[in-house]
Amino acid sequence: MSPFPTHLLSMDDLDAAAIAEVLRVTDSFAEVGRRANPKVPTLRGRTVATLFFEDSTRTRMSFETAAKRMSADVLSFSAGSSSVKKGESLRDTIETIQAIGMDAVIIRHSSSGVPARVAEWVDHCAVVNAGDGWHQHPTQALLDLYTVRQSLGGGDEGTDAFDGLRVTIVGDIRHSRVARSQITAYAALGAEVTLVAPATLLPPSLEGWPIAGVSHDLDAVLGDTDVISLLRLQAERGSGAYVPTMREYSAGYALTARRALQLSPEAIILHPGPMVRGVEIASEVAELPSARITDQVGNGVAVRMAVLFLLLGQGTREVESHG
Amino acid sequence: MAERERSHTRPRGAVFVPRVQVMSADDVRRAITRMAHEIAERNRGLHDVVLVGLQTGGVGIAHRLADTLAEVEGADVPVGTLDVAFYRDDIGLRPVLPEATTDITADLTGATVVLVDDVLFTGRTIRAALNALGEYGRAQAVELAVMVDRGHRELPIRPDYVGKNLPTSRDEMVDVTDEGVSLGELVGR
Amino acid sequence: MADRMADRTTGGARGAGTGETLVRGGTVIDRTGSRRADVRVVDGRVVEVAEGLDPAPGARVLEAGGCVVAPGLVDLHTHLREPGREEAETIESGTRAAALGGYTAVVAMPNTDPPLDSAESVRNVFALADQAMAEVAVAGAITVGRAGERLAPMAELADLGVRLFTDDGDGVQSAGLMRRALQYATGLGVILGQHCEDRSLAAGGTMHEGAWSSRLGLPGMPSEAEEVMVARDIALSRATGGRVHFLHLSTAGSIDLVRRARAEGVPVTAEVAPHHFTLTDGCAAGYDPVFKVNPPLRPQEDVDAVKAALADGTADAIATDHAPHAPELKDLPFDQAPPGMLGLQTALALSLTELDLPIERLLALLSWQPAALCGLDAAHGGAHGGPVEPGAPANLCVIDPTATWTVDPTALASRSRNTPYAGRTLTGRVRHTVLAGEPVVIDAEAQR
Repeated sequence: MSPFPTHLLSMDDLDAAAIAEVLRVTDSFAEVGRRANPKVPTLRGRTVATLFFEDSTRTRMSFETAAKRMSADVLSFSAGSSSVKKGESLRDTIETIQAIGMDAVIIRHSSSGVPARVAEWVDHCAVVNAGDGWHQHPTQALLDLYTVRQSLGGGDEGTDAFDGLRVTIVGDIRHSRVARSQITAYAALGAEVTLVAPATLLPPSLEGWPIAGVSHDLDAVLGDTDVISLLRLQAERGSGAYVPTMREYSAGYALTARRALQLSPEAIILHPGPMVRGVEIASEVAELPSARITDQVGNGVAVRMAVLFLLLGQGTREVESHG
Repeated sequence: MAERERSHTRPRGAVFVPRVQVMSADDVRRAITRMAHEIAERNRGLHDVVLVGLQTGGVGIAHRLADTLAEVEGADVPVGTLDVAFYRDDIGLRPVLPEATTDITADLTGATVVLVDDVLFTGRTIRAALNALGEYGRAQAVELAVMVDRGHRELPIRPDYVGKNLPTSRDEMVDVTDEGVSLGELVGR
Repeated sequence: MADRMADRTTGGARGAGTGETLVRGGTVIDRTGSRRADVRVVDGRVVEVAEGLDPAPGARVLEAGGCVVAPGLVDLHTHLREPGREEAETIESGTRAAALGGYTAVVAMPNTDPPLDSAESVRNVFALADQAMAEVAVAGAITVGRAGERLAPMAELADLGVRLFTDDGDGVQSAGLMRRALQYATGLGVILGQHCEDRSLAAGGTMHEGAWSSRLGLPGMPSEAEEVMVARDIALSRATGGRVHFLHLSTAGSIDLVRRARAEGVPVTAEVAPHHFTLTDGCAAGYDPVFKVNPPLRPQEDVDAVKAALADGTADAIATDHAPHAPELKDLPFDQAPPGMLGLQTALALSLTELDLPIERLLALLSWQPAALCGLDAAHGGAHGGPVEPGAPANLCVIDPTATWTVDPTALASRSRNTPYAGRTLTGRVRHTVLAGEPVVIDAEAQR
């Protein structure tokens, strides 16, 4: 098995074997999470920084909880706080973090490519992409995979259950980093991914994308899918201008109660959150047992613990001489 | 096997090449029977005893001990499994992944835990296991059963129940299976 | 109108162009042809071109064995940044870079601060450029403030010698305004240059819109953003008879449109930049803003079309679009960083290394054709691009076509470092540059 990459910037960094390793190690951390005291000393003495230039309490807390449960010290820098002054360059901020001495930095930024650039500027520090612009959000895709594996009953089966699995991703693919990560992730494990969106919410080019197909008609594909993954319309990234009205969007692409009935009984529903009930998903559908949204959130911490463990626990420190 | 405690990382694709068998399958079976009797003798009644097998080498032995105790003493001793990957003192120095999950369903408060492993070497694994056990309650006592004690202790850890004392050199490897115990080397590809 | 130019051609203002310089051992190539010859320069003019010349006592000798001696290169499109953004570049540093790149004249773009939309601002640049290491001509803005609303005082600027007008940095968005500008310009005998970018189509794009932008999650500028304006201005040129010069064309579609228009006789010309025939949109894969430029790097099909345009004459000139930016700006995230690349010191070498064209053709594209386009040639009272013959002003570059060198951003003369060619080994290097008789570059080193 090849060594785990130095950074996790994109799902492209992980091949099928590495993904399987993450999921397997997540099982161990899930067990830790079930204990009365959900803490292990694994990263004691290591320092993890979260650097969130975009607001996201949920994801940041998930990462920070993961790091703390492994006994790491956590430093939080968020945009707007005094520690990231307006006008201070990104590079200066990174240099400050390096000078303090971080073993890992978890970055979320509204511009695609920032984690990749930061990875070039740091030394002996693992960079984790917590979401960059429209580009990638790898830990979200990993926790989606873990949730699906859980539902498929795939513990020891590892990732074989994904081979040929029919996955449908619905919504604003054009502006979605979650979608890009999911597509890479599912395809790496052999799943067949279909995209459903209005033409204006698809990327300008799908050349080279590992997908089985594209459709503008959600109703036509509902009956033939094992997993349906819903995306939120990213109003803050300007998606609103790409459809005439929210109502028209919902009419065509929301998972309403009526549509949910067309799903096969074993199909599972995923949403990376936060949900906008009534737009891409009906309230009552979010409560169905096949909707695994709360599981996704719960799994997030364990998956992120696994990622941090694999990045930091794998010989990244200098080796002391050893008797 | 105690390759968890090897002083260097296992080279990728390396294979264990046995040189000499030191215990046959029958020797192993007899050792298990003897250790089960010793556990029963020392812990009269076996009421509070919980066997915890270390992943992965100790798990099979723990189950065999439990089966023997059930047969011989009629006692139903619970068996848990413990993976110590997250408690190692050399995390970040070399790659070691959890081999399987930890599964300890009983609350260990007041219990006598018998840790079970295949090979006792430097003692660091057991030290990690003691740290891990602490998460599951305050045991009344912790005892240690190993199939092979191969020496070279680096910490003040001693076994209570031993299948066989086996002097070894540091570079050698000990392999424990149901078919027996062999001494040999790891050969890279 | 030519007075300003006349001052410069004598080199008298500088003084360092006095005395004799002998360029010895090279092959002279100009628009009349190619011949082995030494070139004697006295008091700023070429006085003798023949084989086997001996230097007069006290003359400077510039060895040119194995080299090409050509008229100095002329860049139609340079951003000197002064006034307003001197931290990125000044007229002094920019013209030093130009001289090292073989240029004896550059046309300074008007997107300075204040913009070059008034007689005062243009005179200011001329004054600042008095001692520069290349002649600085100015492109005036088409509209006041380059805002695309009202025409700038083009007649006033034309009186100062300005022959080319553009709002570069932006294109004139309003077709109506562009038509009026064309009519007015035609009356004055000046050329309008267009940076073709329809803002509503380009909308926030940071790279070419296509397979790469989709994969990288970056907003893209589709080829149509350039092509609709090219098509529009061809129609306006056809209708008004006004001359339009297209800046930095980058797509196959644009080039096709221009090729067909020229075949019909529509008075349009075009330039292309070296980065558009040497780099593709895939360079942005690492999100390094050194590869961010407007128009953006395009896919291979467009690169091939740009090369074809140079080969078949659809493109009249290679222009650098030298666009320095301070390092901290190019450290910003890709979508926030300003677009633009350095170009003056690498254009010639890239043309020699990457284009499969004879050197005579390359020199036409880099020297005498651009000189004619912007009125710096003798026909317009200028001093650049003309044949190397007795009586001609001595603006020359001496090129070693086989010398190899590796691009080191820290060794370039520019104040900025944003070259996309860092680490690339190129073939072809300027050995000497002579400006109005003064050797400003000797053995690849700037003399001041």
